[in-house]
Amino acid sequence: MHMADALITPAAAGVMFAASGAAAAYSVCKVRQEHAPEKIPVMGVMGAFVFAAQMINFTIPGTGSSGHLCGGLLLSAVLGPYAGFLTMIGVLLVQCLFFADGGLLALGCNIWNMAFYGCFAGALLIWKGIMKNGASKRKITLASILGCVITLQMGAFSVCIETYLSGVSELPFGAFIGAMQPIHLAIGLVEGLITAAVLCFVYEVRPELLWGIGWGSMPQSRFSLGKTLGILAAAAAAVGGLLSLFASALPDGLEWAMERVAGTSELAASGSAYQTAQSIQDTTAFLPDYALPGSESMAGTTVSGLVGALITAAVCIVIALAFHFFRNRKSGSGKRLAG
Amino acid sequence: MSRISNAANSMAKLDELARQDTWLNRIHPLAKLIVTLLYLVLAVSWKPRQLTGILGMALYPFLLFEIGGLSFKGALYRLRIVLPVVCLVGILNPFFDREPVLTVFGITLTGGVLTMLSLMVKGILTVLASYLLIASTPVESVCGALSMLHIPGILVTEFLLICRYVSVLLDEADRMTQAYALRAPGQKGIARIAWGSMIGQLLLRSMDRAGALYQSMCMRGFQGEKPLFHMKRFRSCDLLYLVIWSAVLILLRVFPVLELVGRLFV
Repeated sequence: MHMADALITPAAAGVMFAASGAAAAYSVCKVRQEHAPEKIPVMGVMGAFVFAAQMINFTIPGTGSSGHLCGGLLLSAVLGPYAGFLTMIGVLLVQCLFFADGGLLALGCNIWNMAFYGCFAGALLIWKGIMKNGASKRKITLASILGCVITLQMGAFSVCIETYLSGVSELPFGAFIGAMQPIHLAIGLVEGLITAAVLCFVYEVRPELLWGIGWGSMPQSRFSLGKTLGILAAAAAAVGGLLSLFASALPDGLEWAMERVAGTSELAASGSAYQTAQSIQDTTAFLPDYALPGSESMAGTTVSGLVGALITAAVCIVIALAFHFFRNRKSGSGKRLAG
Repeated sequence: MSRISNAANSMAKLDELARQDTWLNRIHPLAKLIVTLLYLVLAVSWKPRQLTGILGMALYPFLLFEIGGLSFKGALYRLRIVLPVVCLVGILNPFFDREPVLTVFGITLTGGVLTMLSLMVKGILTVLASYLLIASTPVESVCGALSMLHIPGILVTEFLLICRYVSVLLDEADRMTQAYALRAPGQKGIARIAWGSMIGQLLLRSMDRAGALYQSMCMRGFQGEKPLFHMKRFRSCDLLYLVIWSAVLILLRVFPVLELVGRLFV
């Protein structure tokens, strides 16, 4: 489910970085509030553990295939959702930088799709809810399977939305969803079974390591006014940022009304103030689509572009060969000196 | 070689490359990180049909691989993960978008083919750019650059510890799977009955190891999340690298440089 950089646009990457960054900042604050410096090395080593555990293949009974662990819910069940989320960020960064498993620019998307849902939705909504009156092996198994299946479905759905909004695939949205969701249902089920097996083992051997067991006995604090306003503001920002991407192509109320009254939704503007503003906008527009004067046709643009690409490649090869020649000469003279 | 040993080896190879003494490795990590991020943003910002523009962005990895003395082989090996996913997303584009766009040497290219090709080129270039960063910058320096960008110390220290302990735990996982395989010859993967105990044991050992690690960090003066990185000074040549590459990349993105070169000959 790791998204590559090629599958997203900078706008989608920026939105997802902002969303994941907000969740990370909140998690950092929560971990700092715990005043537990011993937790940082535990997070580091547990991140390495998840990475190593992902490499172990498990035989899926009744099939010829094997599955592996993803780790979001497992980390949250041991470290708690906030430390688990931060640890998953580290794991995803290692996978992206060292193994090209997910892109650097798509890191925000991958954090959201895999770490956020697994750690926040999985741990805070499912794990904590099921464990509030105490734990048992049956409850752990149920929470693990439900947590993994549901959060993986949410993650797969997010991948479809992010890819679709980036406009890189001509595949209809329905068909994309139809391909992604069922395969992740099977993956989620296998991951849930593995997570359940591991957590049941830990529950048997060292139950004190598990997070969130017996929360029902603890006093439930109500949200303060400041906290409620903060959540509402964050929700408004998320809705404004994310849902604006789904903006309808149909005219809005004002345009509709103008079209009824004036017969057009565009008002003609003239005058020096308008022209100045237009020229400023044209000059400062970020990353315009390039086009040469007189090259309106796609074919004309592409042919000259291809010729240009070939010539530039030839120049690059010459430069590279020159570098190669001088480096070899330098190392050759070094060897002669050493000899 | 097993999957686990492969992963450990590729990490060790990257670390070895990053510690070489080359011109590219000596550039300040912050400059390299900023240029890489800028490159990624600009490379993926091209619209799906603008294949020639995307091809122009190949200048950056192509030149730096040669200047930095890096081999394309290692980088191309990493594409085995990215390319199948990218191809899977783009492979149906030629079937949905059949509008003829261009004829080259008698072959008509449709919009779908162009978008599929551009998706693949984007996938390759972005992987090469990330590889350039990590193959020329040690992990400590990447962490130092992240600290300079005010990424919270918890995250930076944790990332550094993951990188340091991955090889240790991969080694441990490899020994465990080898021991299991020797006791269960001919079996593919770990049987269901051993799922919990196998990973559970690894988890418990990791927790104990983390406890010992914390004790040793305290002995060396660890006081919370603040990591200490000995970063080298940001020199004028680092600034020059940052400014020149940023200017070149923006130039390649904003102006149709390849088209202008091509028009001189067509």
